[in-house]
Amino acid sequence: MGYKIDEYLRQDKLPHIWCPGCGHGTIMGNLIRGIDKANLDPDKTVVVSGIGCSGRASGYMNFDTLHTTHGRAIAFATGIKLANPKLNVIVITGDGDGAAIGGNHLIHGARRNIDLTVVLMNNHIYGMTSGQFSPMTPTGDNATTTPYGNIDQNFDLAGLTKASGASFIARGTAYNTRQLIEIFAEGLLHTGFSFIEAISQCPVNYGRRNGLSSAVDMLKCQRDSSVNIRKWDSLSEEEKKGKFPTGVLYKEDKREYTEMYQEIIDSVQEEAK
Amino acid sequence: MSKKGKVKITHPERCKGCEICVMYCPTDVLVVKKGQITITDIDNCVGCYNCELSCPDFVLEVVENNER
Amino acid sequence: MRDRIKLLQGDEAVVEGAIAAGAKFFAGYPITPASEIAEGLAERLPIYGGKFIQMEDELASMACVIGASLSGLKSITATSGPGFSLKQENLGLGMMIEIPCVVVNVQRVGPSTGLPTSPSQGDVMQAKWGTHGDHPVIALAPSSVKETFELTITAFNFAERFRTPVILLLDEIVGHMREKVVLPNEEDIEIWNRKKPEVGPEDFNPYQETDGLVPPMPNYGEGYRYHTTGLFHDKTGFPRGTNEDAKNLMDRLMAKIESNMDIISLYEEDIRDDDEIIVLAYGSTMRSAINAISQARKAGIKAGWIKLKTIWPFPADYIKEVGKRAKAIIIPELNRGQIIKEVRENIFGNAEVHGINKYDGTLIKPEEILNMIQEVK
Repeated sequence: MGYKIDEYLRQDKLPHIWCPGCGHGTIMGNLIRGIDKANLDPDKTVVVSGIGCSGRASGYMNFDTLHTTHGRAIAFATGIKLANPKLNVIVITGDGDGAAIGGNHLIHGARRNIDLTVVLMNNHIYGMTSGQFSPMTPTGDNATTTPYGNIDQNFDLAGLTKASGASFIARGTAYNTRQLIEIFAEGLLHTGFSFIEAISQCPVNYGRRNGLSSAVDMLKCQRDSSVNIRKWDSLSEEEKKGKFPTGVLYKEDKREYTEMYQEIIDSVQEEAK
Repeated sequence: MSKKGKVKITHPERCKGCEICVMYCPTDVLVVKKGQITITDIDNCVGCYNCELSCPDFVLEVVENNER
Repeated sequence: MRDRIKLLQGDEAVVEGAIAAGAKFFAGYPITPASEIAEGLAERLPIYGGKFIQMEDELASMACVIGASLSGLKSITATSGPGFSLKQENLGLGMMIEIPCVVVNVQRVGPSTGLPTSPSQGDVMQAKWGTHGDHPVIALAPSSVKETFELTITAFNFAERFRTPVILLLDEIVGHMREKVVLPNEEDIEIWNRKKPEVGPEDFNPYQETDGLVPPMPNYGEGYRYHTTGLFHDKTGFPRGTNEDAKNLMDRLMAKIESNMDIISLYEEDIRDDDEIIVLAYGSTMRSAINAISQARKAGIKAGWIKLKTIWPFPADYIKEVGKRAKAIIIPELNRGQIIKEVRENIFGNAEVHGINKYDGTLIKPEEILNMIQEVK
């Protein structure tokens, strides 16, 4: 059961900077276990991260790693992947980095169905800048920039990426680590745009302001509000209230961007002969 | 999955006292004292890996007992 | 030989130059007057096994180009003013983490939507100061279709040699006009490629320069498994957040350019010993300047010209020398005066400095330069 993880971590960079009880360390650890389970060649694996708490993950992971600008990781990753499709390219982003400033690149990456594995660590807040609300902060909640309660609605990120064309969509939680590992491994092995929302907990900047002061409480909340997709469809609308489905939500085998482009190159070079 | 493994605190200096592992442990082997994770009674450990998989700071791992 | 003679548009010369330089990746976004570059490379790159992608916007294109260069491909993007503004933040990352790539800006009249089909040289200062913070920059400006072909190759060579983005400043005239161009034979074109590491991954530090100020650069996927970040970093590529790291890196980034002025600073001049009126120009206005000087000389006026091909870094020492012996320096620009500021900063003698400024989308005619020459003599 134990996964080889030490060689994929930059040991000299630990302890990491994430706050006590933050879910990002758990998610990053289980992403590494997913990489191990998927048996990826670490020399051919690139991790691209944006700016924010999630953005620091690439620095701890022992691969070719790139810490880019806020919201643009998917655009950088698109160039890395298209230039060398043999690379396994993983993007680590957050709910602010990926769904606010980075939203346009998220939907276009999905639309292209380019073979990237995008892990969006959703802790429902801008943690790095100490607690502003994000597109995933629940309506009504408190944050430093919603002192009177958040009036914004949230994205349904799974629905958004599905409508945009992603061919693998899953959601996991920091609570259910085994499910996370399975989801990461399957997403990594899927050819096409794999979008994985990983629900994380931010006790310091989100929980503290919204009646959930400890990581343990927040993890229990994740446990109680997540329902495996296999059971989800049997629930009534009433039962679904306040809950969300987890697991592989959608999977489709669809033409992948870099493969289609290689066909153009092959045919053009054939003609040129 | 052999049940022989037992939890071992391999990087105590990384522990931030968040008590996540304490919540996950089915047999109360772990407890935080003065912000630092400690083992109560190792014999109760059933080697289920919950703590290793959930620890956000890579502080502990289940080790096969021949490596103890 | 026959196939080396071409009637080329300036934008098409960028395409030919990029191919000749070994470019294998373009990411861009449609914008007048630069779209022909994207269209040309969309068609040509696959023939050479290269790749083209149209991204969702210009800043994504800039990111994409940096990514492709990290994977090991010579990469280029092209845009005009509005897109150039969008690219600034990621261009800054490219400078910070020292990524070879070429950014073409076919300038049109700005700001904002401006005059999309009319020429301008209004982004010259943006090319240097567009992204936040001090940083090194190389910007080249061709004044003909032939020079566009040559400087596109030079841009790639400088990018690879000094590990930095290089900006190629065209304007709509150079970009859209057509001229006969005799392309050199492939074997006569000097091509630079980035230095590769000579040590294995265990001894490799991504930002430790070996000989000279430019660190070697592996491709992603070669097992170096190195980290790079937009945060100030030390030679290991990791951010320690120390003030010392910030200063050391900034000093090295600047020194890479400033200690290689002899290679990077390209200009031409036609100044006879007794010429005392100098017209200094760049880009398409250079053509009017050369015409004006030949007319002036016919009229017995002691006048010469300087053509800047490298805009940034500005050749301050050279201009200081010119300033010592010139009576007047005339600077025609399709903006309200930008390079003229750099010239004034380096004139200590008695040379007068005059600008001829047009920013309404029309060209500066030779006669207008000739009138100024006659006024100041």
